[in-house]
Amino acid sequence: MRNKAIVLLALISATLLIYVLARVFFVLPDELNQGAIYRIIYFHVPGAITGFTGFVTAMIAAGFYLATGDLKYDRFSAAVTEVSLAFASINLVTGMVWARIIWGVWWAWDMRLTTMLICWLIYAGYLMLRRAVEEPTKRAKLSAVFSFFGCIDIGIVWKSIEWWNTQHPQPVLSIRDGGGMAPGMEAPIYINLVALLCLSACMIMVRMRQEAMSNEIDSLRRTAHTI
Amino acid sequence: MLYLRQVFTIAAKDLRSELRTKEALNSSFAFSMVILVLFSFAFDPSSEQLHEISGGLLWLVYSFASALSLNRGFARELENDCLDALVASPVPVSALFLGKAVANYALLMAVEMVGFLVFGLLYDVQAAHYFWPVLLVIALGTWAMVVVGTMFSAVTVNLRMREMMLPIIIYPLLLPALMAAMTTTTDLLNGAPFGPNLIFLRVLAAVDLIYTLLSMIFIEFVLVG
Repeated sequence: MRNKAIVLLALISATLLIYVLARVFFVLPDELNQGAIYRIIYFHVPGAITGFTGFVTAMIAAGFYLATGDLKYDRFSAAVTEVSLAFASINLVTGMVWARIIWGVWWAWDMRLTTMLICWLIYAGYLMLRRAVEEPTKRAKLSAVFSFFGCIDIGIVWKSIEWWNTQHPQPVLSIRDGGGMAPGMEAPIYINLVALLCLSACMIMVRMRQEAMSNEIDSLRRTAHTI
Repeated sequence: MLYLRQVFTIAAKDLRSELRTKEALNSSFAFSMVILVLFSFAFDPSSEQLHEISGGLLWLVYSFASALSLNRGFARELENDCLDALVASPVPVSALFLGKAVANYALLMAVEMVGFLVFGLLYDVQAAHYFWPVLLVIALGTWAMVVVGTMFSAVTVNLRMREMMLPIIIYPLLLPALMAAMTTTTDLLNGAPFGPNLIFLRVLAAVDLIYTLLSMIFIEFVLVG
């Protein structure tokens, strides 16, 4: 059942990604001021939203773990955080490529960029904390608490372009009062968001299966040692 | 009222213990002085550029010094299983946490005030006109460092790589607060008006409030389970 779900999610994601790529590269025209590089937004923005959705989901799962003590929520929370960190990395890297072309530098210490980098560092710290604690229950508890602290920065990243005058462009999506894009140009962003969310769900399920297998191998190893 | 008395008792115990040994106090202060001297090699101490980054330098000193003293927060209770005894005592765990945070805050503020004075003298930074606003920023920024540092010293207290893990964990979490504190302090020390920095002050106050609430809610899970 789980294998079927993984394949189904991967198929949906691949289909949508191929559709968006074809549309973005062969149908949509270049943007008036930025030229071809504006197309990076179709991965930059969905990457960020997928990452943030994951971090918040991980926090909710961490809350469930603290409430119930069931380690499956901890495994889910860890898998979601790992995958979301990868999507946050996509956001940072695509942003840097865009900045190099448009601003002429790879990085600007603007509030949006800085707070996003901080967010990345926080969740990298989360993964390091998990590696530092060997006892599963202790690890689950400490990383659940960390997850709540980490989520604070997401709000700051989200609001940073409103709170400070940033070099980073102001919102362009109409759902965030941006309205800076033509509807035909905006729609692929949402389609790609669905594609990336399906891809992240697929990766999370694969990661959880790996974790379950690793636990099984550990228990077999322990049994072999006792024999 | 009883709760506050318990917080005060824990804070007084920690302060008394620290004032007797002066372990964290001396090491934090000595470390701050070393960093202040090192800055003189990294930048021209008499240049205008130094004034433009003075707030940043000051907070770098504070954040390095804080990691040293905060690491001891719960670690000092490991000897003779004092931590277990404290957790088993009738004091609520959140009061235990707050007491330790208050003690750490008092110690760190003392080190920071002396550091601020020495920094002003050595690098000719005039803060007389902006003393109270700068003090407010230092007070808010330090509480953020203390509350996160104390909370995560409890998280890492039983880890093998405790000394290494604490800075790795707390600095990223503190970055929003440090960023706000550094920017505001630099502007104030350079004579800029307070108004444009109000947003940073709000961020500092919000971070303080949220981290304090989260710590008080979750400290029970960390120390008791």
